[in-house]
Amino acid sequence: MSAKLAGPNIQLNELGKLKHFLTLEGLKAHHLTEILDTAESFINPVTNEIKKVPILRGKSIMNLFFEPSTRTRTTFEIAEKRLSADVESLDIQTSATKKGESLLDTLWNLQAMQADMFVIRHSESGAAHFFSQHVAPHVHVMNAGDGQHAHPTQAMLDMFTIRKHKGDIFDLTVAIVGDVLHSRVVRSQIQALSILEAREIRVIGPKTLMPESPEAMGVHVYHNMEEGLKDVDVVIMVRLQNERMTSALIPSEKEFFKLYGLTEERLALAKPDAIVMHPGPINRGVEIDSAVADGPQSVILEQVTYGIAVRMAVMSIIMSNAAQLAQHKLEQEQQASLDLIEYNVQTGDTL
Amino acid sequence: MTELDIDVPQLITKICEQLKQKPMFNQSPKMIGIRTGGEWVAQKIHQQLDLSDELGVIDIAFYRDDFSKIGLNPTVKPSHIPWDIDNQHIILVDDVLYTGRTTRAALNEIFDYGRPASVTLVALLDRKGCRELPFQADIVGESLECSQTIKLTGPEPLKVTILEQSEETA
Repeated sequence: MSAKLAGPNIQLNELGKLKHFLTLEGLKAHHLTEILDTAESFINPVTNEIKKVPILRGKSIMNLFFEPSTRTRTTFEIAEKRLSADVESLDIQTSATKKGESLLDTLWNLQAMQADMFVIRHSESGAAHFFSQHVAPHVHVMNAGDGQHAHPTQAMLDMFTIRKHKGDIFDLTVAIVGDVLHSRVVRSQIQALSILEAREIRVIGPKTLMPESPEAMGVHVYHNMEEGLKDVDVVIMVRLQNERMTSALIPSEKEFFKLYGLTEERLALAKPDAIVMHPGPINRGVEIDSAVADGPQSVILEQVTYGIAVRMAVMSIIMSNAAQLAQHKLEQEQQASLDLIEYNVQTGDTL
Repeated sequence: MTELDIDVPQLITKICEQLKQKPMFNQSPKMIGIRTGGEWVAQKIHQQLDLSDELGVIDIAFYRDDFSKIGLNPTVKPSHIPWDIDNQHIILVDDVLYTGRTTRAALNEIFDYGRPASVTLVALLDRKGCRELPFQADIVGESLECSQTIKLTGPEPLKVTILEQSEETA
């Protein structure tokens, strides 16, 4: 798991509100609750459908995916279109950076095309922070996953899904199972659960897929699946990040499933109403048995649907905060002007 | 400043009587209240008319035309329209018709759900003379001057007080 990145507060504006969305680190419970509450308003409670709203009409959002992604990229695009934004998705792997142009030059060129927001996925931890430090003041950055660092919108859609089923995060015991070491999703999930004060966060997996001191993140560590699943309210399975493993950290996928795969028998150890989650894509027979993935306790496909509402919420909050900050500054300027007039009246000076 | 309480039950009854005279009333109309005050008024009308379909509620926060200036209303809640809009006769209820911008936002939102057969606009109170967009209500409980401001409290009891500036303080 990568080192802590400096300066998470770069994502807050002068009023302490979200300007960028890079990580959950450094955010308060009210920031997260605002996202969850706003996402709620994008879901039609009867049909569970998310309808189109005109809130970002005229705004330009560019999706810069330096790393392959289908689910995240698609849900971001759908969310942007449902907010009525103008959307451009750039396949960076075949673009100017391949021709030798620096990342910053690419960024500034895209910014010159009147972008209001960049959604960035990159294999390097800290890429979204880097971009946010170099964009113009009116441009916003959302992190769609950077290296092993963070995937904040995924964690928030997981929190939203939990809240939909359990009512509140507080007082829940949540088990996260699998490749904790390489997963940016897990890192963000643990931060979100901590901020929202879940009663207990457990991580379950082999020692080879755990960071050096997982307890430092405020979690309880289990290397035995049966022990770790006892009486939990939520089971979050995590994908084996084969592409991020630099050496053989597990004997085989078959062996991993034998020890840590989620089967119906193991799920029976959790609370009877426990829900099963997975950020996807799922590896059937590696992390999870098909009977569980498709079973009545699985909410995996709901996570995908809610991902759209949560991303709509974050984007609309960021743009709303920008509007409120601009209005705040305008009022301050007007007040300063009034103060100046009053001062001149008092002193008898002419303006 | 003078304060005047208005008789809300009487206005609700008057509105209901007028709605019953409309041809669409015999075609199973469905009702939508605009949150928050419009929802309270719609609840009263809906109850008195004993409409069979559940009352719909819309929150126009995502449709306001001043989003780029003031941002999102922090109290935004989900709209709740529990039936299909398509081809339905809709009674849209608001507490006060003022500039017309709320009506514009509400109509835009309704049309994002579907294409109604018709929309009948009901306003408990109409502040005349301040319209910024060309909207008029089909049924109005009471008309007021633009200079008269209104304090609405509810939902139970639903109370409306008209605040009128005296000439000395105006």
